[in-house]
Amino acid sequence: MNKELYEYVLRMGDDSLILGQRLGEWCGHGPILEEDIALTNIALDVLGQARILMDYAGKLTNKKEDEVAFLREERDYKNVLLVEQPNGDFAQTILRQFFFDAFRLPFFKELQNSKDETLSGLALKAVKETTYHLQHSSNWVIRLGDGTDESHQRLETALEDLWMFTGEFFYADEVDTKLVNEGIAVDVNKIKPIWDAKVSEVFAQAKLQIPENDWMQKGGRQGRHTEHLGFILSEMQYMQRAYPGCEW
Amino acid sequence: MFNFVAMQVENDVKQMEEQFQAKIDADIRIEPRDWMPEKYRKTLIRQMSQHAHSEVVGMLPEANWITRAPSLRRKVALLAKVQDEAGHGLYLYSACETLGADREETIDDLHSGKAKYSSIFNYPTITWADIGAIGWLVDGAAIVNQVALQKTSYGPYARAMVKICKEESFHQRQGYEIITVLANGTPAQKAMAQDALNRWWWPSLMMFGPTDADSPNTQQSMAWRIKRHTNDDLRQMFIDATVKQAEVAGLTIPDKDLKWNEERGHYDFGEIDWEEFYNVIKGNGPCNKQRIEARKKAKEEGMWVREAAMAYAEKQKTKTKAA
Repeated sequence: MNKELYEYVLRMGDDSLILGQRLGEWCGHGPILEEDIALTNIALDVLGQARILMDYAGKLTNKKEDEVAFLREERDYKNVLLVEQPNGDFAQTILRQFFFDAFRLPFFKELQNSKDETLSGLALKAVKETTYHLQHSSNWVIRLGDGTDESHQRLETALEDLWMFTGEFFYADEVDTKLVNEGIAVDVNKIKPIWDAKVSEVFAQAKLQIPENDWMQKGGRQGRHTEHLGFILSEMQYMQRAYPGCEW
Repeated sequence: MFNFVAMQVENDVKQMEEQFQAKIDADIRIEPRDWMPEKYRKTLIRQMSQHAHSEVVGMLPEANWITRAPSLRRKVALLAKVQDEAGHGLYLYSACETLGADREETIDDLHSGKAKYSSIFNYPTITWADIGAIGWLVDGAAIVNQVALQKTSYGPYARAMVKICKEESFHQRQGYEIITVLANGTPAQKAMAQDALNRWWWPSLMMFGPTDADSPNTQQSMAWRIKRHTNDDLRQMFIDATVKQAEVAGLTIPDKDLKWNEERGHYDFGEIDWEEFYNVIKGNGPCNKQRIEARKKAKEEGMWVREAAMAYAEKQKTKTKAA
């Protein structure tokens, strides 16, 4: 088995899976019906990506998609900490989404050139989806930032809470180095300036300042999570754990 | 003079009502700009808004299982299904607006308890099999009703039903497939499926409303072709279609009086617990409060979001004007 590739696929797949799980919590409770539908759409897209990646990780280890998605221990999930943060209010959800989309779009654009056909194929589809996601989340960040005093304040609070989780997108270790050299993975160092530019552009319109505190949290890529992930998993894994080995 | 004018108006209205009824009888669709009796308009708003509310409140018991769906495939399918219901809600609120019913006010009527929604959604989804049972039975019952409504006399409602029916029949098949997988699974899974059928069967029959004898609005609604079949007829169609499906799945419908009646060409069935039905409508169902609270909370917590969007739009307008 290609250990590095498996690890790389999990990191990407868990980002999509855990974010999809979080977005799914909104379904039926959105601030307006149109937005309920939009958030569910995004959840469906990222879960679609997750399925492709879980299936791929499964093929690399001779397991089924659901075994990979549902039956790992907490320390074996490799998503960035940002995506497991609680939905909070709509400002928290939208800002989390914006940070994620602003990373994912240039990331997937690069991944289209991957020598790995599963990954380049996924990226081709995901670029289209993520273009829409980023447009949607950027528009909302601007609207909330330049809307009312209350919406601006809520967005500021969300920014204070989430900013420290944005450095992790650009974490790279020997897994990345090896796969970048093989032409499979994306060099996240190339993505960083694109992300910075997008955030600056949207923040300017949203009348937000980039926080001065630049201490960034990390650990997700090594499976060291915040306290939230355990609860996400206990809900998500409940059926698979309670009824092992069943077909659904 | 005054009397003469009053008489004239009365005659005109009578004439218009006759023309209206003639159109209905000839199966000509009524469109938003056509003249219609006030009571027809009100009856339609009541029925369509109830339908819209049912779609939106109906999202809640199903959304309850999104984070716990047993496989990724099921999770995605359930999300897509609940999203469809939201779409139906939007579509139907828009259809209500063609009759002059403001969406905000319509929704406020739901929150205040003035407007009703299908009382089936006041039952809890306590196991995964309930998601299958809702698709199979609740959507199944809804389809029987909605297929008939594709021919309803009001154009926008009839057209909405055509689109909605397509999606609902997909949901129904999906729900039945969930149930059959369970019924063919482990003993625990089969028990889960049977338990869900036991709990959802009778409330599903109640979805068609009171018996014809106790349904005072039916006659007028039939004459206006808002309704095309009576409650009892629709209920019978549903039962006749569903009994075989239960048999194929190897599950038992929880009604000891259920029996094929050769003479009628229909299944006979047991007495529905109407006391329970009226109590759930009155607000005494297990989840009535929870459902309305969830909808109110979504609206209240979304208030600042909607205000922000409007404030931003207003600022943009001012900027465009200034430029």
